[in-house]
Amino acid sequence: MVTFNRADACAGTETVLLNIGPQHPSTHGVTHILVELSGETVVAAKPILGYLHRGIEKLAEYRTWQQDLVYTDRLDYVSQIGNEWAYCRAVERLTAIEVPERAEWIRTLFCELNRITSHIMWYAGVTMDIGTMGTPFIYAFKARERIYDFFEAVTGARMMYNYFRFGGVRCDVAPGLLEDIHDYLGGEFLELMDDLDALLLGNEIVQSRMKGIGAFTTAQLVEWGITGPFLRASGLAQDLRKDAPYGAYDKVEFAVPTSTVSDSFARCEVRMAEMREAASICRQVIERMPEGDISVKVPRLLKPEAGEVYVRTESPRGELGIYLVSDGGPKPYRFRVRSPIFYNISALPKMLPGWKLQDALVIFGGIDTSMGEIDR
Amino acid sequence: MSGLGWNTVLWLAGLFALMALTALIGVYWERKVIGHFQARRGPLHHGWHGLLQLPADMVKMISKEDVVPTKADRMLFQVAPMFVAVPAFTSLAAMTFMPGVAFVDMRHGLFFVFAMQTVMPVGFALIGWSCDNKYTLLGGLRAAAQLISYEIPMLLAAMGVVMSVGSMRLTDIAQAQASGPWFIVRQPIGFVIFSLAVLAEINRTPFDMPEAESELVAGYHTEYSGMKFGLVQLAEYTALLMGSYLIATLFLGGWNMPLLPASPVWLFLKTVLLMTSTMWFRATFPRLRVDTLMEMSWKILIPVALANIMLVASLMLVLPKRWF
Repeated sequence: MVTFNRADACAGTETVLLNIGPQHPSTHGVTHILVELSGETVVAAKPILGYLHRGIEKLAEYRTWQQDLVYTDRLDYVSQIGNEWAYCRAVERLTAIEVPERAEWIRTLFCELNRITSHIMWYAGVTMDIGTMGTPFIYAFKARERIYDFFEAVTGARMMYNYFRFGGVRCDVAPGLLEDIHDYLGGEFLELMDDLDALLLGNEIVQSRMKGIGAFTTAQLVEWGITGPFLRASGLAQDLRKDAPYGAYDKVEFAVPTSTVSDSFARCEVRMAEMREAASICRQVIERMPEGDISVKVPRLLKPEAGEVYVRTESPRGELGIYLVSDGGPKPYRFRVRSPIFYNISALPKMLPGWKLQDALVIFGGIDTSMGEIDR
Repeated sequence: MSGLGWNTVLWLAGLFALMALTALIGVYWERKVIGHFQARRGPLHHGWHGLLQLPADMVKMISKEDVVPTKADRMLFQVAPMFVAVPAFTSLAAMTFMPGVAFVDMRHGLFFVFAMQTVMPVGFALIGWSCDNKYTLLGGLRAAAQLISYEIPMLLAAMGVVMSVGSMRLTDIAQAQASGPWFIVRQPIGFVIFSLAVLAEINRTPFDMPEAESELVAGYHTEYSGMKFGLVQLAEYTALLMGSYLIATLFLGGWNMPLLPASPVWLFLKTVLLMTSTMWFRATFPRLRVDTLMEMSWKILIPVALANIMLVASLMLVLPKRWF
């Protein structure tokens, strides 16, 4: 009997393998996604990682505990302070170092400032992804430049701050600078945010490109291990700053922005709202910043007792965990990073199929990757 | 005009200068305009306000190595840019600047321009195909599909004007707006459709999917370098000039200005204004999605353009001749 095979009867069509990256305008670093296209529809996607691998986790085993602090800046080079804090908290828990009150507040301030600059980086990337010529990008970078000036005034660096120390921070913040930050975040920054909102959320073309695109259920996202704004946009208000407070987060008022729509547009809304919340946290912290020491004495050659510790923090991209094992020596026995984006990007093969190539890049932009942290 | 007189040669030289200058000054102007939109200042350091950037760009373009990818179809790769550039330049010949001042005052000028533009999608598809590169293939096919889809509403929208004027001569069309109101007032629907379609025809934001840099690197001309890239670029700016010129002539009164004497200056200003506004769009808007773009043409613009023709025809019957 002859069976009718539709594929044979029709003119043959083939899928196309397309490399997006590692050198590609919309990969936000050296990501490499291999997509299989049928026409312009994605059939399969595979992220290929490792182009930025520097072996930080292994290098850390050959440096002292203090020296490793420098590497943490270079993990997620877009939210440096968040990484420093995660590592410091892990070591402090391992060695039972008490952090002075004022240091905790300063840490909270700079972590939230860093959250703003990190989200600005996402904003710049996502607006480029959907095809603007870079105008929103440059507008957003105005705020980033101002905040980087604040960072520079305190830490002396614009990117690799190396600001946190075990048991505190490296140096105090001048009162005048605190006032400047407070004024900026309460005035000029909010005006700029209105512009940025209008350029992204208020644009009809953006809405047509993003609404309904990349809609996943909360159950799916939880199954894939997604954390951070991506998850919160699906309605699950999971935020470690609320769920397991650290620093001064339990002493300030802030909301966890969520959305129930769970599409690319909702992710934008959540991140924009988070920037405003972060600015509000910063202002509260500055208003109520206590006086006191900014650090405690810690032995130069730190030798934590043998043991292990895992600390979770809320980075701008999701749950950032640091796992440390000490064998009682001056160097960590094991240094491991639970990178939020690594888990988020690992879900791409499940997320992208079925969407058009252009949609796929919008969904990818919603992850807000930072390759330094994925490849480590 | 009989034979190849000095007159013809001069006009040809003028035509060539126009097209070369458009591309060069267009690039400079676009960089300046977008620079200022982005709180930058654009080219600044070479010459007065970066004016020497123009010759520098030109020299760079000409002196660059002409790379042909190993696996490319050599013949097609060399020839394909011509399919884009030649029609774009040839269509300029139909331009008229004043009654009696024209390269060639063709009886079917408008028809000639559309006919020339119909050839361009072939060129884009050929470019995309010949490079043996997936990005150029996707870009070339996108460009061809987009150009073919948007030619139809563009033609249909222009048809309303042609019906009303009763001529396809561009001089007649502009002259018809000398006494009465401009066609933007008489046929606003036609104007909107025509402008949108022109924007898509010349691959400008928000319809620049064929060269979507965040998806397709540089779209169909990814593999081109040196003067071949220059030719494609030249063709694009020529198309931009021609599109703006057509909108100005068909709907914005051409060289006419209410209360003021007719002059080519008005035509020039209108064209530059329209070109600048496409740069404004480019600085502000993101890009549409390909299928949305197609839907917009086939499901919205074409039916509305057809309805517009019916509307114009009915109004021509009902209203006095002076109005339609």
